[in-house]
Amino acid sequence: MSRPLVRAFLVGTLLALLMPPALTQTLDRSATTSTSSAPTMLLESTANHHEFEELSGPFESGPEVTQACLECHTEAALQVHRSIHWTWEYDQPETGQKLGKRFAMNNLCLGIAGSEERCSSCHTGYDFDGPDFDFTAEEKVDCLVCHDTTGTYVKFPTGGGHPPAEDTVFRGTLFKAPDLAEVARNVGKTSRETCGSCHFEGGGGDAVKHGDLDSTLLSPARTVDVHMSPDGLDFSCSTCHEFSGHIQEGSRYHMTAKAEAGIAVPGRENERPACESCHGTEPHEAGVHDKLNQHVENIACQTCHVPELARGGLPTKTSWDWSTAGELDENGRPIVREDEQGRVIYDGMKGSFLWDENHVPEYRWFDGNMRYTLLGERIDPSQPVEVNFPEGTPDDPRARIWPFKVMQGRQPYDTQYEILLLAQLFGRDDNAFWRGYDWDKAIISGMAEARRAGQTDATYSGSFDFVDTRMYWPVNHMVAPKEDSLSCESCHSTDGRLADLPGPYIPGRDRHPWIEPIGWAAVILTLLGVLAHGGIRYLLHRRRYQ
Amino acid sequence: MSSFRIFTLYERFWHWSQALLIFGLVLTGLEIHGTHGLLGYDAAFSTHIVLAWALIVLWAFTIFWHVVTGEWRQYVPSHRGMLAVMMYYAYGIFSGEAKPYTQTPSSKHNPLQRMAYFSFKAAIAPALWISGLLLLFYAAWRGTALEGVISFATVAYVHVAATFALLVFVIGHVYMAGTTGDPWYAYVKSMFTGIKEDRSGHH
Repeated sequence: MSRPLVRAFLVGTLLALLMPPALTQTLDRSATTSTSSAPTMLLESTANHHEFEELSGPFESGPEVTQACLECHTEAALQVHRSIHWTWEYDQPETGQKLGKRFAMNNLCLGIAGSEERCSSCHTGYDFDGPDFDFTAEEKVDCLVCHDTTGTYVKFPTGGGHPPAEDTVFRGTLFKAPDLAEVARNVGKTSRETCGSCHFEGGGGDAVKHGDLDSTLLSPARTVDVHMSPDGLDFSCSTCHEFSGHIQEGSRYHMTAKAEAGIAVPGRENERPACESCHGTEPHEAGVHDKLNQHVENIACQTCHVPELARGGLPTKTSWDWSTAGELDENGRPIVREDEQGRVIYDGMKGSFLWDENHVPEYRWFDGNMRYTLLGERIDPSQPVEVNFPEGTPDDPRARIWPFKVMQGRQPYDTQYEILLLAQLFGRDDNAFWRGYDWDKAIISGMAEARRAGQTDATYSGSFDFVDTRMYWPVNHMVAPKEDSLSCESCHSTDGRLADLPGPYIPGRDRHPWIEPIGWAAVILTLLGVLAHGGIRYLLHRRRYQ
Repeated sequence: MSSFRIFTLYERFWHWSQALLIFGLVLTGLEIHGTHGLLGYDAAFSTHIVLAWALIVLWAFTIFWHVVTGEWRQYVPSHRGMLAVMMYYAYGIFSGEAKPYTQTPSSKHNPLQRMAYFSFKAAIAPALWISGLLLLFYAAWRGTALEGVISFATVAYVHVAATFALLVFVIGHVYMAGTTGDPWYAYVKSMFTGIKEDRSGHH
């Protein structure tokens, strides 16, 4: 090959290598010039929503935006209609119980019956204000609450799922009316912000309900969550909770307590979002022994790797006592009391609270099935009622030891029929507890609404009292760096975290009732025996030689 | 006064390395059992496993040595002279009586020692080994037919019970072998030097 030819070849190769970035730049420039507020980076999406005539607005309401979305995304609403995020209904295939927010009870805000207009500020729809809501209405799906990327879209707390039409203050917090067209032109993937707008706020406020889900996960330190930390893997929620056709992986009503399929390979069984889906079933390095990997058989990853809850700096609510609710000031406004750390420990609307940070979870055998005490089911008021509890026994090969945040409650029950009771909390008339502060009226109305919603056939006898209750919230998030996971002696000790858990022999915790005392008695008697024998020998020896 | 070799170099190496390993195993084992927390559970557990393997290797060599040299006969229990030895330790030792037994290279142990060492080798040590290996390799027999016969807890109880028996043996052995020689430290000395110094006629 002659020298000029070689040179031409080299230059050509160089040009070819430089071409793709050059093309990209051209693409970027054309995007920038077409619309004023368009993104300057190359979109990950194949569609630039700023370009769409349908989204130019202005929009008067959320459903108007949804209709615009559905012009192109023709199947989206129908997909959402199948999601628990829309139905608030879940048929648990193993226990046969009908669960979901419309049917299960809890010991936080008790249940939604009668209060739907308030509760639906976390519904992926508009206007869900009672049993008459049309669950087949496509335009009632709220696309923006999950797909907003501006951070300006917000549902008003008492607005039936709608954003505020104008800037409005609610209990001291300003809710600004979003520019719906601007939000619609900036839709994108879900984010910690969108998921967290409901899931961090469960139970009526940030960090209240779960203990392992709160707004500190928006940008957590590595010590708070290795997966979500910007210094760690920087995962968003949907990295693990993958969505397909608007249906997500993961459910706390029906969990995979022991994932055995291993790493999720396309085409094989998928147990996401189980830890094992990425980490496999033998995640620990074997040293002189392989006992850590053998623990996987009986112990969920979360048990050791989520050592405490509420580690990000926000306390989680650990106890909620409704029986003290109703204290009002001279103007008829609910009294609020805070402790020296500024935590609300009493609210006239809700009763008395306890909070905890770095909260140590409780441990139970769990086979993945969460069984509920449903409205109308007979309870035993002489002991704390388990509003839900994890099923599973030590002998069950599907069950493992799991951590739970246990929520202590005190809530109304029917002293005659011995069932839990629902009270209507929110509403436009004095039946609502938060207006009339009359438990009897609120219960009559709440139970009637629950019957109307098909949640129960049970009636209210007319006499109520308060009963202690417990609820189990399975722990999954806030996975700590491995150096912060539990140490062996956290459980392998007599007063460790598993001190009261039934099940197999745990070295360091368990003692045989008579091998232990007899063994030590034998050791001590032998020691005393040789000491006495030697002592006598010594004394006699001295006497003999004196 | 004549002296002769009673313990070979291998016997002394075996005895003292076994002693160290057993003390280490008892120390770490009691931590795993939750009796104390000196090392930290993780370190105690890993150390326990390493020491256990070391002891198993040592024993494998030692069993081979015993078979080849025929020294295993030293541990065959015998009733002959047992009563006299027991009477000696119960009474005669206090009044300074002569020992009713004389060590020779072909018969190093008195009948009480034979019985004690035989119990250790034939019962206590195998119980610890077998139960220990079953505990270590529980994953291999979990869920098999074996688990229908013996549970993990049963194996652990055997391991713990055998440890108590071992402790009783060790206390008795340290006292007897450590202080009842002539002079009182003679047995320990001979276990270091290998030489038995004969001082018959002198108390």
